[in-house]
Parts: sequence; C-alpha cells; structure tokens
Amino acid sequence: MLPEELYYTESHEWVRVEGEKATVGITDFAQSELQDIVYVELPEVGKKVKKGDVLCSIDSVKSSAEVYAPVSGEIIQVNEALNDQPELVNKDPYGEGWLVVIKLENPDELSHLLSASRYKELIEG
Amino acid sequence: MKKTPLYDVHRALGAKMIPFAGFEMPVMYSSIIEEHMAVRERAGIFDVSHMGEIFVSGQDAAKFLQWITSNEVEKMKVGRARYNAFPTEKGTVVDDLLVYKLDENRYMLVVNAANTEKDFNWLMEKSEGFSVKLENLSAEIFQIALQGPEAEKILSVITDFDLSSIKYYRFRELEILGTEVILSRTGYTGEDGFEIYGPAEEAAKFWNALMEAGENSGLKPAGLGARDTLRLEAGMNLYGNDMDETTTLLEADLEWIVKWEKDFIGKEALLKQKEEGLKRKLVGFEMVDKGVPRHGYRVFVDGRPYGVVASGSYCPYVKKNIGNVYLPIEKTAEGSEFEIEIRGKLHRAKVVPRPFYRRKK
Repeated sequence: MLPEELYYTESHEWVRVEGEKATVGITDFAQSELQDIVYVELPEVGKKVKKGDVLCSIDSVKSSAEVYAPVSGEIIQVNEALNDQPELVNKDPYGEGWLVVIKLENPDELSHLLSASRYKELIEG
Repeated sequence: MKKTPLYDVHRALGAKMIPFAGFEMPVMYSSIIEEHMAVRERAGIFDVSHMGEIFVSGQDAAKFLQWITSNEVEKMKVGRARYNAFPTEKGTVVDDLLVYKLDENRYMLVVNAANTEKDFNWLMEKSEGFSVKLENLSAEIFQIALQGPEAEKILSVITDFDLSSIKYYRFRELEILGTEVILSRTGYTGEDGFEIYGPAEEAAKFWNALMEAGENSGLKPAGLGARDTLRLEAGMNLYGNDMDETTTLLEADLEWIVKWEKDFIGKEALLKQKEEGLKRKLVGFEMVDKGVPRHGYRVFVDGRPYGVVASGSYCPYVKKNIGNVYLPIEKTAEGSEFEIEIRGKLHRAKVVPRPFYRRKK
C-alpha cells in the first residue's frame, strides 16, 4: 500500500500537499522497520524548519529514530493524538498517524522528492 | 557469525535477526510488545541456545566451585539449580550464571554467551591444584526457554512426566520425545516456566513440538527484544549492562548471592567494601518526564555528569519508561530524583524499588 498522490523521501518520510500545507508522516516501510512505537517527540507549533533538519524523533521499544523535514517552512500543526496513542503511527502511517503540518516556504522543493513509483523501487531495490 | 541450531526455524518464521554475542539471533518475530505480553499472560518460547554450558566434574568439583563462586555450592542437593556469580579478586563480576548440580561430582554451569570463552579460560586458570575436569559443550547443546503462565500446560502435551513435581529452581534429567534432556523450572522473565537443554541436533524437534502443543494456548515465539524487556521489568540484572568487571557484586545489588560464611575469590575485597560502606549502588528508576531511557545515555546528579544508564527501556506490561542506574549511595533512596540526557536535553527520573513487576502467585 503506497498512496500514489504522496511525495516520498529517501529517509522514509511522506508528504501530502494541499495548497500551501504539507502534511508529513513516515512511510509504512519505516513504521514496520521500527515496530512497537511508544513515543513520538513532537516539535512545537510555530517552529521553522529547513529541509533536512530533524523534525521530530520516534522511539520504538528497541530503538530511537529521527524524522527529517522533507520540506522547509513553519510548523503550523502537530498531531497531538500521538501523545496518548503513539501506536497510531504503526496502525495508520498514512492517515491518523501523521506527524506535523508544515506551511510550505518553497514549493519548488517538492520537485526534489520521490514519486510513489521511485520510492517503491528504493525500498524494494 | 555463529548460528544456533534453530537458525533456519527463525528465518522460516520471518524473525528479524541481529548479531548478539557473536551469534545471529532473533530479536523479534512480530512485535516486542506482543511477545512480551504473550509471556506475561499466556506463554512464549525462546531460543537461548547461544548461552554457554560448561561442565565441571571430578572429585574436587564442589570444592572448586565453592571457591570460585560467591553463592553456596557445596550444600546444594542434586537436582537443584542456583543463581551464582564468578567474582574477581576485587569482588567485581566476571560473569553471572546458573549452577546445576547433576551429581555429587558433576555440575553444569550456564553462562552468558558473550562470556563463555572468557569464563572457560578463567575456570582453567583457577582450577590449578584442583582435581576437576572442565568441558565447554556450548556448541553441542540447545537451550529452549518456555515461559509464561501456560508453560506447564503446554509442556505437558509432549511429556507424561508430572511437571508439578519440578518446583522452582529444580530440575530433572529425563527423556522427552525420545531424547535425554535436562528440564529445569527456571527462566529470565519473571514468569513461571521451564528451560530445556538437549543435544543441538534435536533442537528443531523440540521447538516444533512445543509450537504445536502451544497452538491453542496462545504460545508465541519470542525474541531477544522481549527477553530484555521482560527481565528488566522483573528486576533482573543483565551482564554487560548492569554489571561487569568494573562493578562489585555489592554495588550491583547482588549481595543476596554473596555467601559470607564461606571462603571464595574476592571475599576479602567485598568484606572490606561492606565494612567501609558502598559509595554507589545499582537501583531501579522510572522516568518522571517523557522520553525513553536507553543503555549508555548520560546521567546527571545535582546537575553534574555521573556515569550512564545501565539498562533502560519502555516496558510493555507496566507501560512505563524504566531502567537500572548506578547512583551515589546518598541518592539511592526511593523517590530521589536525577536526570538523564536524551537527545541533548535533560529529562527527570526518580528512584523506584525493584522489581518493577512481580507475578501473582
């Protein structure tokens, strides 16, 4: 299951673009590699990030992983539901398990992201 | 990289494999949380064939083991297993182990995989002058742990032996599925359960028979990930994390396996430390702030660096971020706060009593 309409990164984030809003999460492949997610350390709303910055971190029982900003901009929303239910990232990585919404600063950056088919090649490579 | 005799079985089950103590071992099959909960509520089966088995026999076997370990050996009865340790002359820990008394002059020592060779060399060196024979049979023996409240019921499917007659920390040598094995009521999870030792080439036969026997009891294969969270919750130390050759048995909260009435390597140093008083000690903690503590994260006491986290994890049954840490003795009282550095930021934690989990009898 790899939604066609999303953009992807080599570090396993996805981006859903609606106007100037970019919702960011981690892919199904990433959540299945991590398994057992028990904590998502979300950033603060209002924080500005550059593409490639650490956006937030995710802890599974066994390990800790960092999520990188796939695009630059201001964080305008975070998924508060993950504070109580971090496992939503495992259960529904492309839906209820979204992480943050970034207000796009430079929409041109999207052209550097991967399409679903390119990302599929990457993980199946 | 070494493989246990169950390597192909793990691959076929889709286990995620990791290198551990020189072996390629299953860290999880489906989910550490599911495997952990299965052991607490039903049953789990673990391949722990990487563990070392060293046999000590001969007329001085008891005398020798009494000298090189901290806990009582000479007064053990045949058919008993006991938790024990090899101390150094300084009272620090060469390894922790289980001693099985097989016969008056024959013992099996079950040691940590990463230490098997070191332990064997230590035993060779210290056995000079004792009439003993030492054999490292680790590669020829499988070890399977069947743990959880349903363990006895599951095991009874493959043997007619009266399992209720094997009490906690006792064992029997018996034939199961036509193979001679050692069966003990022991484990590293805080649950009731058994450990089975037998010839490596028969490992898959036992694994498969138990998996089938446990099908209707909710038995799950469990990996090293769940083994670690289960032992941590149950308040058991892990060699290499919670103790090593830089920490004494007293500091590692293992005075309960120090038998002061006997003579043994390291006794003098330990006695001196006991008389002078400990400067630090291993205690349990839980996080006050959010964040998952992990082995090696830096610890701060009164704002100053003080070592690292010994063990730390989110633990699924108690649903808390917990761990073990060495603290200055004056900071080890229950409720005492300190800080752990997680990704560059200090997070508060507090001392709590161990074990974090105790099973209902």
